[in-house]
Amino acid sequence: MRQVFLDHQSATPLLPAVFEAMRPYFTEAFGNPSSLHHHGLRVRDALKQARQQMAALIRADSEEEIFFTSDGTESANLAIKGVAYANERKGKHLVISATEHPSVMNSVEFLEKQGWTCTRVGVDSEGIIRLDELQAAITPQTVLVAIHHVNHDIGAIQPIREVGRICAEKAVPLYVDCEASAGWLPVDVKEFGAALVSFSPHRFYGPKGVGVLYRNKKARLVSIIHGGVQEGGRRAGTENVPAIVGGGVAAAVAVTELDSRAKHVAELQARLWEGLRSKIRFIKLNGPEPGPKRVPTNINISTEFIEGEGQLLMLDHQGFAVASGSSCVSKSLKISHVLGAIGLDHALAQGNIIMTLGKDNTVEDVDYTVETFARIVTKLRGMSPMWDEFERGVIDSVIAPTGRGKSFSQHAADVSGKPAH
Amino acid sequence: MSDTYTLYNPTVMEHFMNPRNMGDLKDADGVGEVGAAACGDIMKISLKIKDGKIEDARFKTFGCGSAIASSSMATELIKGRTIDEALKFSNQEVVDALGGLPPVKIHCSVLAEEALKAALEDYVKKHPEAASQVGAVSAVAA
Ligand code: FES
Repeated sequence: MRQVFLDHQSATPLLPAVFEAMRPYFTEAFGNPSSLHHHGLRVRDALKQARQQMAALIRADSEEEIFFTSDGTESANLAIKGVAYANERKGKHLVISATEHPSVMNSVEFLEKQGWTCTRVGVDSEGIIRLDELQAAITPQTVLVAIHHVNHDIGAIQPIREVGRICAEKAVPLYVDCEASAGWLPVDVKEFGAALVSFSPHRFYGPKGVGVLYRNKKARLVSIIHGGVQEGGRRAGTENVPAIVGGGVAAAVAVTELDSRAKHVAELQARLWEGLRSKIRFIKLNGPEPGPKRVPTNINISTEFIEGEGQLLMLDHQGFAVASGSSCVSKSLKISHVLGAIGLDHALAQGNIIMTLGKDNTVEDVDYTVETFARIVTKLRGMSPMWDEFERGVIDSVIAPTGRGKSFSQHAADVSGKPAH
Repeated sequence: MSDTYTLYNPTVMEHFMNPRNMGDLKDADGVGEVGAAACGDIMKISLKIKDGKIEDARFKTFGCGSAIASSSMATELIKGRTIDEALKFSNQEVVDALGGLPPVKIHCSVLAEEALKAALEDYVKKHPEAASQVGAVSAVAA
C-alpha cells in the first residue's frame, strides 16, 4: 500500500548520512566521554564537534552554551525547574503562555505545588500571544518567562523578538521552546533575546534520544538530575553518544538545507490547505493562514460533524499517518489545551486532525491526501448523527452557521445531561 | 504495514471499518440519543420492535473508533431479543464480544448500552400498552 507520512512533528526518518555518522559510536568508538583514557577522549572530541554543530544551528556564540539531555521534555524540565530553583531567593513567579507544550505546562504545575506562582498569558484566536498581557504579567518576583517559538499544535509563529525585547527591558530571562521550529525556521538566540532555547534533532532527520538545551552563560541554572559531573554539572548521566553525534550531523545538514526545505514544505502546505478547503465543506484551519505567521510544516484542521480519532484510524488504514487533538485520542479524554486556548468550539476540537509535512513529501502525496481525506469525511459524516441532524436543521454549523437549529454544544449537553468540556 | 499494527484488536477494527447496522430506521418504534459526558461524543440507536421483540436496530455515532465498533456490535447483539432481555443488556457484553477494549475506551461501550436503553425508554413512552407486558420496563420509564 502507498504510504504517506504526515506526522513529522512526532518523528522524522534518519538521514543516511546521520545513520552513517552514528554507526562507529555503537561499536569501535564505544567509550564513555567521562573516561580519562583514549577511548573516552576520542568520544569527548565527537561530543565537542556535535556541540559546535548544534550551536551553529541556533547561532549561539560558543559550544560551551550547549547541554545535551535525553529529549525535548527533559530540556524543558531542566530549563524551567533549573532556573526556578536557581533563583528561588530572588522570586517565585513564572510567566508562560497558555499554549505551551505539556512538558512546560506540567513542569510549571509541579512547581506551583511547591509554592511557586505562574501567570499564563492568553493568546488570540490564531494562537498568537497577547504581548500587552505578557508585559503586564511580569512582576519584580518573576524569575523566568517561557514562550515557545512555534506552537507544536497549530503552527503559530510567536512574535518572539518582541517577547525578547520585553523580557530584556524587565531583565527577566526568557526560555524559548524551539522544538517545532528548529531545523525548519531560522533560530537565532541573540536576535530572540533568549537566555535558554531547546530543540530536538529527531524533528529534523536526526535520531531520538537526544535533546539540546542552550543556556546563555549569564542565566543561572541548577541541575535537576544529580550524579556525576557531566554537561558542566548541569545534567548528570552518561551522554547518549551515538544520538548526539547523529544529532550534530542532522543540525549541520539542516543549516545548509533549511531554506530549500522550508520552501518545499511551504508550497505543499499551501496546496494541501487549498485542496482541503475546496473539496470539503465545513472545514476550518486552526491557527494562522499559511504565510509568515505559520510554520510551513503544519496544517491543523477541524472538520465539522465528525470526530478526530475515527478520521485518524481511517487515514491510517489507507496508509496515511496523522495526529489529532480530539478528546477521544487523549488518555485524559480532554481536547488539546491549545485548541481550548484559542477558543475553539468543543464540536470543532473533536473533529481535529494535525498533518505535519516533511522534506520527502511530494505534490502527489498532497493531492492523494486531499482526495482520500475527502472520501473519509463523506464516509464518517454518513455515520454521524450530527451530520444528519444538521441537514435536518436540528443543529447548526459552527463554521458556517445557517441560522437553523441549536448549537452542537447545546445539543450535546441536552443528550448527555452535562455540558461538553 | 498499517493493518499489522492497529490501535484496536482485529475484531474492533473490523467493526469500525465495516460497521453493521449503520444508519437510521424509517418508522422506528424507539429512538435513543445519548452523549458521553467524558469525551463529548454522541450515539443514536433506533429500534424496530414487534410483539415485544427487537426486530431490527440501527445506529449512528459521532465518536471514536471504539464507540463506532461498540455501536455496531451492540446493535448486532440485541437483534432478536425481547424488551425484557434488552433491558438487562450491559456494556460488558459488547466489550467481551469485541474481544476487549483499552481501559480508557470502556466508556464508549457504556454509551452503546445507554443509547439502547434510551431507545427502549422512548419505545415504552410511545407505547404505554407495552409497559404492562414488560416487567422491568416500569423501572426504566420511571
Ligand atoms: S467516544 Fe470519545 S473516546 Fe470513545
